Amino acid sequence: MATFMAPENAEAKQAVADAATEVAAEVTKAPLPPVETAHPWAMPTAASTFAEDTDALYYFITALDTVFFVIIMGAMGYFMWKYRRRSKDQKTSSITHSGIVEFLWSAIPTVLLLVIFVWGECDFVKQSVPPADALDVRVTGQKWYWTVEYPKYPGVSLSSSTEEPALTLMVPKDKPVRLTMTSTDVIHSFYVPAFRVKRDVVPGRYTQIWFQATRVGEFNLFCTEYCGDLHSQMTGVVKVLEPDNFERALIAAGILEKEDGESLAAYGERVYRRRGCAACHSVEGKDGIGPAWNGLYGRTESLTDGTTVKADDEYIKNSIYEPNSQIVAGYSPQMPSYQGLLDEEQVTAVIEYIKTLK
Amino acid sequence: MADAHSNESNYLTATRGLKSWLFTLDHKRIGLMYLVGVLVFFLAGGLFALTLRTELLTPEGGDFISATTYNKMFTLHGAVMVFLVIIPSVPAALGNFLLPLMLGAKDVAFPRLNLLSFWVYTLGSMFFLYTLAAGQLDTGWTFYTPYSNTTGTAVISATFGAFILGFSSILTGLNFVVTVHKMRAPGMTWNKMPLMVWALYSTAVIQVLATPVLAITLLLLIVERTLMIGIFDPAMGGDPVLYQHFFWFYSHPAVYIMILPGFGIESELIAVHSRKHIFGYKAIALSSVAIAIISFVVWGHHMFVSGQSELAGIVFSFLTFAVAVPTAIKTFSWVATLYKGSIEFNTPMLYGLMFLFTFSIGGLTGIFLGALSVDVHLHDTYFVVAHFHYVMMGGTIIAFVGGIHHWWPKMFGVMYSERWGKISALFIFVGFNMTFFNQFLLGQQGMPRRYWSYVPQFQQQHILSTVGGYLLLIGFTIIAIYLVHSLRNGKKVGPNPWNAQSLEWTHTASPPIEHNFHGQPVVENDPYNYPEIDRTGASH
Amino acid sequence: MGNHAKPAKDHAFFQHHFNTVGQQAGAAKMGMWLFLATEVLMFSGLFLAYFIVRALYPEMVLSSHELLDKTMGGINTVVLLTSSFTMAMAVRYAQLGDNKRCATQLLLTMACAFIFMGVKYVEYTGKFSHGVFPGAFFNYDEAIQYAHSHGHSFRGLPHVFFGLYFVMTGLHGIHVLVGIGVIFWVYLRAKKGHFKDGYYAPVENVGLYWHIVDLVWIFLFPLLYLVK
Ligand code: HEA
Ligand code: HEA
Ligand code: HEC
Ligand code: CUA
Ligand SMILES: [Cu+2]
Repeated sequence: MATFMAPENAEAKQAVADAATEVAAEVTKAPLPPVETAHPWAMPTAASTFAEDTDALYYFITALDTVFFVIIMGAMGYFMWKYRRRSKDQKTSSITHSGIVEFLWSAIPTVLLLVIFVWGECDFVKQSVPPADALDVRVTGQKWYWTVEYPKYPGVSLSSSTEEPALTLMVPKDKPVRLTMTSTDVIHSFYVPAFRVKRDVVPGRYTQIWFQATRVGEFNLFCTEYCGDLHSQMTGVVKVLEPDNFERALIAAGILEKEDGESLAAYGERVYRRRGCAACHSVEGKDGIGPAWNGLYGRTESLTDGTTVKADDEYIKNSIYEPNSQIVAGYSPQMPSYQGLLDEEQVTAVIEYIKTLK
Repeated sequence: MADAHSNESNYLTATRGLKSWLFTLDHKRIGLMYLVGVLVFFLAGGLFALTLRTELLTPEGGDFISATTYNKMFTLHGAVMVFLVIIPSVPAALGNFLLPLMLGAKDVAFPRLNLLSFWVYTLGSMFFLYTLAAGQLDTGWTFYTPYSNTTGTAVISATFGAFILGFSSILTGLNFVVTVHKMRAPGMTWNKMPLMVWALYSTAVIQVLATPVLAITLLLLIVERTLMIGIFDPAMGGDPVLYQHFFWFYSHPAVYIMILPGFGIESELIAVHSRKHIFGYKAIALSSVAIAIISFVVWGHHMFVSGQSELAGIVFSFLTFAVAVPTAIKTFSWVATLYKGSIEFNTPMLYGLMFLFTFSIGGLTGIFLGALSVDVHLHDTYFVVAHFHYVMMGGTIIAFVGGIHHWWPKMFGVMYSERWGKISALFIFVGFNMTFFNQFLLGQQGMPRRYWSYVPQFQQQHILSTVGGYLLLIGFTIIAIYLVHSLRNGKKVGPNPWNAQSLEWTHTASPPIEHNFHGQPVVENDPYNYPEIDRTGASH
Repeated sequence: MGNHAKPAKDHAFFQHHFNTVGQQAGAAKMGMWLFLATEVLMFSGLFLAYFIVRALYPEMVLSSHELLDKTMGGINTVVLLTSSFTMAMAVRYAQLGDNKRCATQLLLTMACAFIFMGVKYVEYTGKFSHGVFPGAFFNYDEAIQYAHSHGHSFRGLPHVFFGLYFVMTGLHGIHVLVGIGVIFWVYLRAKKGHFKDGYYAPVENVGLYWHIVDLVWIFLFPLLYLVK
């Protein structure tokens, strides 16, 4: 039989894990907005339609629990005082049970618990069925950042991985939004406390949630499924905008443009991070879903059809716009086409960036 | 009665030397060795917790330990507390000591198996220690895939450790089930068993039925990691959520493995120290059995947001509420036992009363988590962390500490210092609530768990929580000191200092003689029939 | 350890902490049944994993199982069933106090167990030599070629099926090995003439264990070898 431990695998895994840590360590983050709360004893600001429903049940349970707690502790406290031992041979009652009392304290909680169950269930079902006219958003979780794309707005992409404010998701107020989410590595979980929504983001499947924001502002987004070293850094900002300026603001924030005085290669690096290339391409020699980019420029690639090709500007451009026309040997045709998503300048910038990677 | 035993050597002094302990078949000695092991690991687990709490004093990560270290800390803390402390705590330590004594038997049914189980526990904990040395473990105590397949730390040795510990738990459970069925003294009908025995019995049943599933889950995890057979890892064609089903199928029943023995202790403490017959004996006994059964079908409440089907979520939520009812029955029965009693506020009783306070909070907050829509908000936040500390620490550990005090004179024949006992109980009560009550508020505001750094507004509550943690350390240290001190200097006690009525008090010396009893005890009395009880009916 | 003057009970293997021999035998039997329950539960975890994989990828399971050798699997099934029979006979003779016959039957049982492991060895090495390893070690090129040469073709990801195959049969194989060990132990005791009417629990318990091992195989065989 094969050896018990598989050293190559263990080492390779360790290497990938280390590399991921290094990449993540470079990422610096703008501070998150404060969590708005009226009071530390209250729920955080309610900013979605679900929030009100959830809070109502939350407060109901709080009240009910308080009543029961007070009854139990009240009785206990009273008995402790009234029946404290005053003399060594103090007589005690011979009661051992009471059918009626026992019935009552089984039946009453049962009924109340059923009420809570049905209430929670109804709200949960509501949360599970997105309305048909919801705005579609794709969310990808990855160690340790989020990437967000809008099928309706090709080319727009937000990500929490940048040095820029960790703006991760922009949504219009009062419009239902449906998120379709997946992960490229381990399980993450998408959580916006102000909206009271949370759903695991699972590799190899798509999970969905929807919500409708009711309040303009910036809200925290947290990853709540433990995903490794920088789990607590996998945070972002959800920005809710008035529906009128939503589209304009989204395109302004989500479209990447070269800044004045920025070198082409630096711009290329931003494209690399913001457009999700980093999901599959490493820049330090660890092959992921796609080949690593360092040393790529100028090298001779063997393709699956048996031919070879030199990785020059033309080839790289083609790889981006029509990735499936030439597949590098050893890889599967998984890369999506970026035709229409990256403009000529961005592609040139990426190529410049690749050139700098040795 | 005391005189009859006084010239007989007790189990502590019957034989001497390290070997006579390490290879003993005496359930009492095995119980004590477990007790030492459990307390040592409790200290270790507590220190891991304080390390991570110290890091959480400030919102920025890294001013005390790095993210990597933090993740290892909460993993080790959780795994040590669950697998090495709380699961063996009451059953294997106190349970081993008490079960045969309470049943009127000379030993458990399979003394060799019992010793084996202790050695397996030791072996399993060695694997955990090895994990500490070898790059450690950073998966959380839940070992979720695919993270646990890809992380570079010592997942295999830790899971293998947990796998071995599982066998120790199975062996103890099996032994106890058979002991209760076959070793009861003449006259000890099911209705005359102390509630502690009922609790240990229900626990043992869950241990036997649930732990094999954990074993196979961990085995599959090890195989998945070494050979990558592709059942849990999506990159290999597997389903990561399947792992969660497997894991919680064991680990939910496991939380009742943790709490049922605590319930058992609670029943004894409340009855003995208020001199009253326990209220609703049958209801308490049978509700343990009900919990043991229902606990097998609620595991999905840990997975409401994992992407399992909506229907599954609904069914699991319903069953979760169903399992709360038997617990409610017990809680009310304990309070009712106090009614018209003669309550003495000695240290064991203080823990008994503290249990009612803290466990109720823990249980009542479980109701929030069982409600589907509310759990969506609270899942994986500090609310959950607070919930499970209130039930595990505030329930089981508090009961365990109460039980240690209650049976201390039986185990060693000496009394600890009442004064220091009360002082430390106060530290623990204040420290505990300070540490964990804040965490409900943090959780409700959205503070996720397993976070090394956090949003600044949460700082105040985190500071309180950390300070509370240190108060707990002080409280437990005081306990450790006066207990050890009492071994040499404590006042000697007779066989039955509490004047209790179960066999371990009425029929043998303190400490018990080597073979537990002179001859076979025969049971006539109800274990809760105290002399103070007014049989004239006047007190009704 | 713990040896002290014990009252003269009716046989040498009476343990002092029991009151009667009947109590001791009853406890041993109940303990054994509980242990067997844990074994069944453990394997049922694996069966569950199998059914889930099969529900997820029915085509893949169907196409992969063709590669398993039904004849060898069948032979092994017969061998194990035979061994269960000889085991039952051994228990019977132990009850009658016929230690000699009991030992012979145990020997036969062990022989069957060795044949079973021999066949498994042939099967495993046959698979390994064609790249059919568990999980990540599965060599797709070689395995596909091997399948083609037998007129089969894979669909989906056969490494998952073979991963489970090796885990399930491997764990079962370990149980067979343990079985050989404990059978050997009671065999030695039978040789020494330990058993008699009223004391045969060890043989009986080993027998129960062996039947469970057999039973697990009775499920494994159709599920893995005869999917269709
Ligand atoms: C000792 C262990 C223990 C015990 C006893 C319990 C008891 C309960 N637990 Fe808890 N639980 C854990 C240990 C325990 N739990 C752990 C370790 C986790 C987290 C694991 C992890 O993720 O790491 C967890 C997580 C957890 C979750 C998942 C949360 C999440 O991750 O999103 C849920 C959800 O339903 C839950 C519910 C409950 C309920 C309903 C009870 C009930 O049994 C409680 C019943 C008791 C009462 C209700 C109180 C007394 C009753 C009354 C006073 C009567 C009146 C009451 C009413 C009418 C309301 N628990
Ligand atoms: C039995 C279970 C148990 C117990 C008792 C505790 C006890 C404590 N726990 Fe815990 N905890 C868990 C089980 C437990 N925990 C689990 C399962 C997790 C989840 C892990 C995960 O996410 O994977 C967790 C997670 C967890 C977190 C969340 C980490 C995160 O999500 O980032 C925190 C944070 O505050 C915490 C704190 C504490 C503190 C301060 C104590 C204190 O109460 C500790 C106080 C104890 C001491 C200081 C030791 C003193 C002992 C002696 C002096 C020895 C002598 C003793 C006697 C004689 C009795 N724990
Ligand atoms: C979903 C995964 C994925 C994403 C996202 C992705 N790629 Fe790729 N990429 C691949 C794969 C797989 C290959 C190899 C197969 C092929 O040649 O199509 C590849 C190949 C390439 C190559 C050729 C590399 C070589 O070694 O010859 C270039 C250049 C490239 N991608 C650029 C990009 C750019 C630029 C982006 C982002 C704007 C991007 N990729 C995003 C998966 C991805
Ligand atoms: Cu991503 Cu935690
Ligand atoms: Cu649970």
